[in-house]
Amino acid sequence: MTTDIAHLELFRTLEPAHRELIAASAVHENHPAGTRLFDEGQTAEHSWVVLSGCVALDATVPGRGTVTIQGIGPGELLGLSWLVPPYKWHFGATVVAPAHLARLDVARLRTAAQEDPAFGYRLSLVLADALLHRLQSTRYRLLDLYRTPS
Amino acid sequence: MTDPWLPVAHRVVRRVEETADTATLRLRPVHDPLPPFRPGQFAMLYAHGVGEVPISVSAIPGSGDLVHTVRAVGAVSRALHGAEPGTVLGARGPFGTTWEPHGTEDLLVVAGGIGLAPLRPVLRHALAHRDRYRRVVLVVGARTPADLCYRDEFDRWAAELEVVTTVDHGAPGWTGRVGFVTEPLAVLPLDAPHTTALLCGPEPMMRFSARTLITRGVPPDRIQVSLERNMQCGTGRCGHCQLGPLLLCRDGPVVAYPVAEELFAVKEL
Ligand SMILES: Cc1cc2nc3c(=O)[nH]c(=O)nc-3n(C[C@H](O)[C@H](O)[C@H](O)COP(=O)(O)OP(=O)(O)OC[C@H]3O[C@@H](n4cnc5c(N)ncnc54)[C@H](O)[C@@H]3O)c2cc1C
Ligand code: FES
Repeated sequence: MTTDIAHLELFRTLEPAHRELIAASAVHENHPAGTRLFDEGQTAEHSWVVLSGCVALDATVPGRGTVTIQGIGPGELLGLSWLVPPYKWHFGATVVAPAHLARLDVARLRTAAQEDPAFGYRLSLVLADALLHRLQSTRYRLLDLYRTPS
Repeated sequence: MTDPWLPVAHRVVRRVEETADTATLRLRPVHDPLPPFRPGQFAMLYAHGVGEVPISVSAIPGSGDLVHTVRAVGAVSRALHGAEPGTVLGARGPFGTTWEPHGTEDLLVVAGGIGLAPLRPVLRHALAHRDRYRRVVLVVGARTPADLCYRDEFDRWAAELEVVTTVDHGAPGWTGRVGFVTEPLAVLPLDAPHTTALLCGPEPMMRFSARTLITRGVPPDRIQVSLERNMQCGTGRCGHCQLGPLLLCRDGPVVAYPVAEELFAVKEL
């Protein structure tokens, strides 16, 4: 897995300069399994790209405890709530396999997006693409395709 | 030359429980073996007094034995799945087309559920001839961690290939991905124009995976899928397995994606 953020598939539709901007503002973090990254309802101040390892998004369900609803792995974006107000996390996140993450400076990205609408538009498309793909994948998961036919 | 219509007696010599509803059987010919099978091909397996169904080879031991992984979903597959060592079953084959992994470049194997079974011979072949490929990636989807087959082999695959496993529903202690196979496929580093992708699993999974890979730049004719329809003769005579212009027992199950794409919309006959 490449750790070169500027060349991630995720950002393929951005101009090289914009990819460099994102890469330059990213802070690399390593977290052991069990690290709690954020809780549901907290302000979404960050977004991460998972470079290795795995992070689970979860929700607390009375009677069932903490339920993982999505695992996010290499090359994927963790945290999609930061570009759209009110910037709140809808789920919690915990590192489940030791993870190398790139934390994006979302405040800087928001400012850059406002100042340069062309960048803002393309960045919105990156997020829309990631969201759409995750939505469609979730819909396929809802089909429960691997269940035993009855 | 064996008669393709006549089931040949095989005795179950080994049975390994893979998951709660899936078992791998090793069948030894009671007399003469069937002609050799190739990865992607299937046998018609007959459970005495119950019926006959198509089941792919999940390993090719080369000794004349047959190895099949069977998931119990109905009367016949339940009978096969439950066949203990000593049971005699009938087998006809080999039938159908084969996976064509091309070699030398990047091989991407995408399997969902029991779809890993027909692809296991390809993985074993790739491991045995690792130098023929630049890169081999396996992406596996399953319902839950408990539904993953070939757990013992996974460690070897993970050591020598790139393996990504994702489940629909996690479980306590699961440290892997929770999601659909298309999620890693969308972001996995790929040299797309030089990647050959072999896909096997439920049809909607193959459709969405193929579309994701084509968006990534994988040439459609480098994507192969395995199509399933009800089968009866296995020899291209009865028409049970017809899908559009194809008889899938003869022209399939493995077909190139451009052929499959037009047919995916055709409802089961
Ligand atoms: C070329 C080919 C290769 C196959 N390889 C394998 C294999 O390696 N291992 C394996 O376990 N199975 C494999 N199958 C599927 C297997 O043939 C079917 O599960 C079997 O025919 C079901 O028969 P049955 O009498 O047990 O169940 P049935 O009573 O016929 O069916 C029981 C239930 O399963 C559903 N069903 C039947 N067939 C399928 C199917 N193909 N896909 C999804 N749902 C189905 C039915 O709609 C019904 O709800 C393969 C099928 C084909 C065509
Ligand atoms: S199963 Fe009879 S024609 Fe294919």
